[in-house]
Amino acid sequence: MTDQWTVRRSGRATKISSVAMVAFGIALFAVPFGFRTDVVQQLTTLCTLLMMAVMWNVLAGYGGLVSVGQQAYIGFGAYATIFLTQHDVTAYLAVVLAALASGVLAVALAPLLLRLRGGQFAVGTWVVAEALALLVALDEDLGGGTGVSLRGLNTIAPDWRRAYTYWLTLGFTLLLLALVFLLLRRRSGAAIQAIRDDEEAAASLGVRIMPLKFMLFVLAGFGCGAAGALTLANTLFIQPQSIFGVQWSAYMLFMVLVGGIGTYEGPILGAILFFLLQDWFAQYGAWYLIGLGAVAIAFALFLPRGLWSLADDRLPFRLLPVGYTLRPAG
Amino acid sequence: MTPVLEGRGLSMRYGDLQVLTGVDFAVSEGEAVGIVGPNGAGKTTLLNVLAGAVRPSAGTVSFGGRDVTRTRPDQRCRMGVGRAFQVPRPFGGMTVLENVVVAASYGAGLRGTALYTKAVEVLDDCGLTELANRRAESLGLLHRKRLELARCLATGPRVVLLDEIGAGLTDAEAAELVAAVRQIKVGNTAIVWIEHIVHVLVQVVDRLVCMDTGRVIADGSPGEVLGDAVVIDAYLGKAAS
Repeated sequence: MTDQWTVRRSGRATKISSVAMVAFGIALFAVPFGFRTDVVQQLTTLCTLLMMAVMWNVLAGYGGLVSVGQQAYIGFGAYATIFLTQHDVTAYLAVVLAALASGVLAVALAPLLLRLRGGQFAVGTWVVAEALALLVALDEDLGGGTGVSLRGLNTIAPDWRRAYTYWLTLGFTLLLLALVFLLLRRRSGAAIQAIRDDEEAAASLGVRIMPLKFMLFVLAGFGCGAAGALTLANTLFIQPQSIFGVQWSAYMLFMVLVGGIGTYEGPILGAILFFLLQDWFAQYGAWYLIGLGAVAIAFALFLPRGLWSLADDRLPFRLLPVGYTLRPAG
Repeated sequence: MTPVLEGRGLSMRYGDLQVLTGVDFAVSEGEAVGIVGPNGAGKTTLLNVLAGAVRPSAGTVSFGGRDVTRTRPDQRCRMGVGRAFQVPRPFGGMTVLENVVVAASYGAGLRGTALYTKAVEVLDDCGLTELANRRAESLGLLHRKRLELARCLATGPRVVLLDEIGAGLTDAEAAELVAAVRQIKVGNTAIVWIEHIVHVLVQVVDRLVCMDTGRVIADGSPGEVLGDAVVIDAYLGKAAS
């Protein structure tokens, strides 16, 4: 009886779609050669949003760690870049180092925050973000509350600067997508979801909880730090109250819920939709926020599993398979 | 026979409430022990202590002769202590197969083909093959209970701790469950089974332990324990006598 069945992770169609997705990702590097510079800048913004969405999804959607304080790393990544350039580090190298430093910040905060659960964890992360914002606002060397510009990039011709920033952002986006895919594809993926659904039951099946939560938390810190540093490289100016603002958490939540929480592909769709809506609603002032809220409510009521569920329920294969399926052998 | 899992002088206190008092309990390889007793007797607490979910206020737990009192539940599972909860706790957002995969890969340490073979085998043993690709949250009570058992078995345990896995099932469903538990015994795995449905329990167990107010009040063959005057008074009541 048992030899009639086999466990499959991906079929042929899935493999083809995975290769196509990777090829598409790599092809995006060519955009600056064929499109206007404002398109390049817009795509950079989209990539930073996508990084944030993917990080929040892996943290909350897969790991059950609902954070409303990821802006701590976004802000830290941006201000670490400022700090490093002030100490004569090249701007783009500073971005990379700032992302790594954000990961280190997460390592330092993990023992404190990962002791908290559910709502306590959410509030705890927010408190950390607010505390960091206050610390930065009090530091005059970092521009205080009025904000600060990124120096070092203005020597590069604007078109090339935007292209460089775009390439670095795309590189980070693809790196994070690859890391998340590997994390979910390996056995850790199933364990992380088990922890999300029932921590105690997961432990009773041999899953060591803390190292996995730690890994997710540090990855999300690194990814959000990179997104923050790259947001600065894209806009060249930041203020503590906006880069450490809780609106980033609201955006991440929006993108992930609308795209499809706990799915690999959902946040990518969510980020694209959010980016388009931001563009469309921007001209309507305060209505912009009302519009976003209305869209979020509509999704919560009518499509709670998000946009990706529409495709997922109809496709006979997965675009990027991270689960397990039982199929007849042969 | 040397016990595979043993608790000595186990006491547990929550504030002013003494839940276990100096309990000695042991189960040997291939042996099936049933635990009965009224609500609040400390049965589930004993199971929690044996599984490592709570640390006893006093006493020691040893597994295969080694003191494991201070080990975490995940470590105990990897050593060979499997557990099924009273109220099934499936990973609702994952499929039935993925639930079993977690147990077989982390609990039993299996990888690749060995992992998949084990998963297919356990699903078949527990009658879950047809439901393998369903999300666990969509299962009914009987299938949730089967999944709870399947996950426990997928960890490759030397001892399984079963907590009222028959509760809420019809007689026919309970009979299916008994057949599944009997299968476990065939593999020489020790069984510790808490159950209120005594007529189900006695079909499988070699030994019966009765607890009341945190103490073991009887320990022996099912016949002896069920005929014990103290047990009748504390648990079974006059109707049974």
